[in-house]
Amino acid sequence: MKLRHTFLTACAVFALGGIAQAADVTLTIATVNNGDMIRMQKMTDDFTATNPGIKLNWVTLEENDLRQKVTKDISTKGGQYDVLTIGMYETPIWGKKGWLVPLAGIDDPADILPAVAGGLSYDGKLYAAPFYGESSFVMYRKDLMAKAGLKMSDTPTWDEIITAADKMTDRANGVNGICLRGKAGWGENMAFLGTMANSFGARWFDENWHPQFDQPEWKAAITTYLKVMKDDGPAGASGNGFSENLALFQSGKCGMWADATAAGSFVIDPKASKNAADVGFTIAPDKGFGKRANWLWAWALAVPAGSQKVEAAQKFIGWATSKHYGELVAAKEGWANVPPGTRTSLYNNPEYLKVPFAAMTLASMNAADPMHPTAKPVPYTGIQFVAIPEFAGIGTKVGEIFSSALAGQITADEALAQAQTYTTDAMTKAGYIK
Amino acid sequence: MGGLPRWHILSGIMATRQAQVLGRWALAPAVTVLAAWSFVPLALTIYFAFLRYNLQDPDNTGWAGFSNFYYFFKDPYFVKDLINTVLLVAGTIVTTVVGGTLLALLLDQPFWGRGIVRLLMISPFFVLPTVSALVWKNLIMHPVFGLFAGIQRFFGSHEPLDWFGRLPLFSVGIVVSWQWLPYAALILLTALQSLDEEQKDASAMDGAGPLSYFRYIVLPHLARPITVVILIETIFLLNTFAEIKVGGIGGIAGNLTYLVFSQLNDATDVGMAAAGGLVAVVLANVVSAFLVRLVGKNLEA
Amino acid sequence: MARRQSPRRTLLITIVAWTIGLLMFFPIFWTAVAAFKSESDAYSLPQTVLSTPWTFENFGIVQDRSDYFRYVFNTTVIVVLSTLLGLMFAIPAAWSMAFAPTAQSRSSLSGRQWLAIIFSGLVICFLGLYFTDWKPSNALVGFALLLIFVVPGSLWAWSQNTSGTLLWMLSTKMMPPAGALIPIYLIFNRNGLVFKDWGWINLSDYNLIDSFWGMVPLMTLLNLPIIIWMLFTYFKEIPVGILEAARMDGASLWNELFRVLTPMALPGIASTCLLNIILAWNEAFWSLNLTNKYAAPLSFFISEYSSPEGQFWAKLSAASIMAIAPILVIGWFSQKQLVRGLTFGAVK
Repeated sequence: MKLRHTFLTACAVFALGGIAQAADVTLTIATVNNGDMIRMQKMTDDFTATNPGIKLNWVTLEENDLRQKVTKDISTKGGQYDVLTIGMYETPIWGKKGWLVPLAGIDDPADILPAVAGGLSYDGKLYAAPFYGESSFVMYRKDLMAKAGLKMSDTPTWDEIITAADKMTDRANGVNGICLRGKAGWGENMAFLGTMANSFGARWFDENWHPQFDQPEWKAAITTYLKVMKDDGPAGASGNGFSENLALFQSGKCGMWADATAAGSFVIDPKASKNAADVGFTIAPDKGFGKRANWLWAWALAVPAGSQKVEAAQKFIGWATSKHYGELVAAKEGWANVPPGTRTSLYNNPEYLKVPFAAMTLASMNAADPMHPTAKPVPYTGIQFVAIPEFAGIGTKVGEIFSSALAGQITADEALAQAQTYTTDAMTKAGYIK
Repeated sequence: MGGLPRWHILSGIMATRQAQVLGRWALAPAVTVLAAWSFVPLALTIYFAFLRYNLQDPDNTGWAGFSNFYYFFKDPYFVKDLINTVLLVAGTIVTTVVGGTLLALLLDQPFWGRGIVRLLMISPFFVLPTVSALVWKNLIMHPVFGLFAGIQRFFGSHEPLDWFGRLPLFSVGIVVSWQWLPYAALILLTALQSLDEEQKDASAMDGAGPLSYFRYIVLPHLARPITVVILIETIFLLNTFAEIKVGGIGGIAGNLTYLVFSQLNDATDVGMAAAGGLVAVVLANVVSAFLVRLVGKNLEA
Repeated sequence: MARRQSPRRTLLITIVAWTIGLLMFFPIFWTAVAAFKSESDAYSLPQTVLSTPWTFENFGIVQDRSDYFRYVFNTTVIVVLSTLLGLMFAIPAAWSMAFAPTAQSRSSLSGRQWLAIIFSGLVICFLGLYFTDWKPSNALVGFALLLIFVVPGSLWAWSQNTSGTLLWMLSTKMMPPAGALIPIYLIFNRNGLVFKDWGWINLSDYNLIDSFWGMVPLMTLLNLPIIIWMLFTYFKEIPVGILEAARMDGASLWNELFRVLTPMALPGIASTCLLNIILAWNEAFWSLNLTNKYAAPLSFFISEYSSPEGQFWAKLSAASIMAIAPILVIGWFSQKQLVRGLTFGAVK
C-alpha cells in the first residue's frame, strides 16, 4: 500500500510539473519532423550554452499532424506551444488576425530573400522567421537519361519530361520513369498538382471565387498527371508523399522526381542514396502558358500571441534563423546541409555555390511569383495554396479526391466533378459565393 | 440459477432495507460519471451542430440552422464513408466469426505444442492498432518493397498489387481481422472446451456424423459466445480510426469517424464536424439498440 | 470422441495448427527481423533476409530520436492509474448490481416531476439567452446542459432496474468518439469551455490537454462500462449463501464487502484489470487527438513514425517492437485469465 501511495504521489507531482513551470523558462517548440528540423534539435547545445536560463522542449510531429494541432491550438488560444513551426500559408492569415507576435531580434532581416520575407509578412511586419525556404524542381538520374539516349534540357517542357519518363521506365528492373506526389493533403499532393495546374494555365478560382475544376485546363492537367503516373509512375503512388518518394528515389526506383528543392541535400548524400553521384537538377517544367510548375514555401518559426515567454522565444528564433546557425551546420555537417533558401548572403557564398543544387534552388525560387501565380487573373495570392482560411479544408478534400483518382477508385472526370461540387459548396457555405 | 430470476432469490435473503439503500448509493458514483460522460459531450455536440463555427474564423460565429447537416449530407464522401463503415464492421465480423469458429474447432483437437500455438495465435490481439497498421502497410503490403510484392515478383509479376491504393478497404479489413481473429477464436475455443465430454461421447455413440454433431450440438452451444464476440467487435470496429489514419487511406476509403475527424482537423469546421458526429451517434445507436436487445436476452439468463 | 485419435491424424492437425499459428504470428516476427537490419537492408528484406548482417543500432536511434522511455512511462501511468480509478467506481457498482439488484425500475420521481425538472431547465436557458441578447456564452451553455441533461439523466439511469442500468452502461460504450471529440477538446483546452478567466476566478493557466489529469479520467470513463460488466459477471458467480452466512455471523456490510467478497472475487478483479490494461494500452483515437508530449502514450510514439524523412523501415520496426513488447509479454503470461474474462460470462 505504501509503495502504491508513493507511486501515486510521484505521478501527481510529475503531472503537475507539466502545468506549473519552474523558475527557468522552458520553451515548448512544435516542429515538423523534416530532416533539417531534426538536425536543429541536435545543434541546440550551442544555444543553451549561451542562454543557460532557457530550456528547450521539442514536440516533433508529422507535417499534417503538426498543421492540425497547431491550428487547433492557436485558434482556441490553447497556449500549448511557445514557438510554432508554420508556413507561408498560415503566417499572413494568422498575422492579420493578431494571433502572432510581430518578430523582433531577427539576425539581419534585410538579408532574407525578398520573396520569402514577403510571404511571411502581413502589413509590412514579419510574423515568422524562415528556417528554410524551398521551391520545387526536377531531380533526375543522369545515368538513366544517358542510357535512354536523352539529355535534360535547362528549360524543360511537360512534353519533354513525359517523353523522358516513358523512355526511362523499365519496370522489369524496378525503374519508374517519374515519381510524383499522390498522398492526399493540401501540402502533399495538392502542392504539386496546384503548381502543375498553374503551368497548364489553370487556376483554383476565377475573379468571383467560382471554382474552376470544370474548365479544360484542369482537365488537361489531371488527365496528363494520371496518364504519366499510370504509364511511368511507381506502384502505390496514391500513398506517396515527400518522404515516400524520397525513399524511392534514394533506393534507385525513380528516373525523375519533381519535388521540393529541400530534397537536394538528401539525394546527394552518399550515405543515404544509392545513386548520389548521378543526380542532376533542372527547373520545373512548363506547358507554354508562361508559368512554370514552381512553388514557393518556407517553414518558419513564429510566436503565438498571448505567450508569456515572448522574449525567450524570440531569442531562440533569432538563434535558429541566424547566419551563425548556418555556419555552425556548415562546420559540423558540411555546406550541403545548411538550411537552404532563406538568405541572400548564403547564395553569395562561393563555398555554398559549390553545392550541386544551390544555384538551381535559387533560380527556382526566383521563378515563383506568389502575387501572380497563374496565367489568368485570380482573386488570391499563393502559388500552391490559396491564402484564405478555408483553403486547408478544401485543399485537403480535393487532394483526397485526386488521390482516389490516382488509386483508380474514380475516373478523372468524376474526380473533377466531385472537386467542383465540393469546392462550390464549401465556398458558398463560407460566404465567398453569394 | 434455474428458472427464478436472481433477484427473487436474493430478495428473500438480503433485501434488507440497509442493503437496498447501500446498493443504490454504491451504484450512484458510477452512474453519475457515466451519465456526465455520455450526456454532456452529446449535448454540446448537438449545440455545435447548429452553429456556424470555424476555428480559423471565430469572429464569424452564429446560428446556422440546418445548413451544417445539409452540407454534410451533400459531401460526396458522406455516403461513401457510411457504406465503408458498415462494410468494414460487417466484413470483419463475418471473417472473424467464421474463421474463429474454424480455428476453435481445430485447436480443440489434441496436438503437439498446443500451448505455444495458442500463444502465437493470440499475439495479434495485443498489438497496438497504430503498429499493426504501419507494419502491414509498409513491411507487408507495400507495392514496391513489401513482402507480398516480393512474393508476386518471385512468381514473375512486374506490377505487384498496390494493396492500400487499389483495395484500401479490403486491406484495412485484413489488418483489422488479423487483430480480432484471435479474440474470436480464443473465446469460441474456451466455449468449446466447456462443452462437456458426456455430450461429445453421447453424440459419438448415436453415430452422429461430424457435420450433424457440429450443426446440432456445437453451434447452439456457441450461440451465446458468438453474440458476445459480435457485440464487443461492433463496439470497437464502428470506431476504427488508427488503422485508417495511420494507414493513410482516410481520403480514399475512410469511415464516418475519419470523416468527422477530418472536418474538425483539416477544415477546422466545428459546426460540420458536430453535425457529422451526430450522424455517427445516430448510426451507433441504431446498431446498439439492435445489439443490446440481442445481448440483453442472453444476459438475463 | 476426439480423445482417441490416430497418431497420423494428430500429426496432420499438428501441422495445420502450427502453420496457422505461425502465419498469424508472422507479421510480428517479420517486424522483429526488420528491426535488427540496417535501413537499406530492411528495404530489400524478402530477397536477402538471411544474408545481411544483424544490428542493434536501430533501437538506439529510436531512443535518441523519440525518447522511448518517456512514452513507456506515460503509458504506464495512464494505464495503471486509470485502472485503479476504474476499480474504485466499478467494484461498488458491480457489487450493487450483483447483490442488491432491483427488479422493477423504481422511479424516485413521478412523471410530472420529470417534466418540471426539464421544463425549469429550459426556462433557465431561455432566460439566460434572453439576458445575453441571444448570444450564448460558453459558461451559460455548460450550466444549462448540466441542468437539462446530466441531472435528470443520472436520476433516470439511477432509477432503472439492474439489467436496464447494465445495458445503459454498455450503450455508453457504443457512443462514437467522433461525436464527443469536439466537446472534449474544448472542455480540456485552456481558454476553452472550462479553463479560462471567469472573472471571479482565473483558470486560464490550467488545461487538461496533453496532461495526465485529462488522460487518466478519460481512459477510465472509456473503459468503465466494460469493467463494470466484467466484474458483474464475476460477482454473479459467487454463491449468495456465503454472504448470507457472513451476515448471520453479524458481519457489517462493510466487512461483507471487503473481508468476504473482495478476496473471493480477486481472480475476477485481476482479469478485469488485465483487460483494462490492454484496452488502455492500445487506445489510439483519444491519444492521437489529445496528446503531444507530456502525456503522450506509445500509440502516439508510433504515429511519429508514420511518415518520417526518407528510409525509415528499420527504425519503424524497432519502434514497433519496443511499443508492443511489454504488453505482448504481459498478455502471454496472463492469457488464460484474460480470455476467460473476455467471454463476459457467456461461457460458464
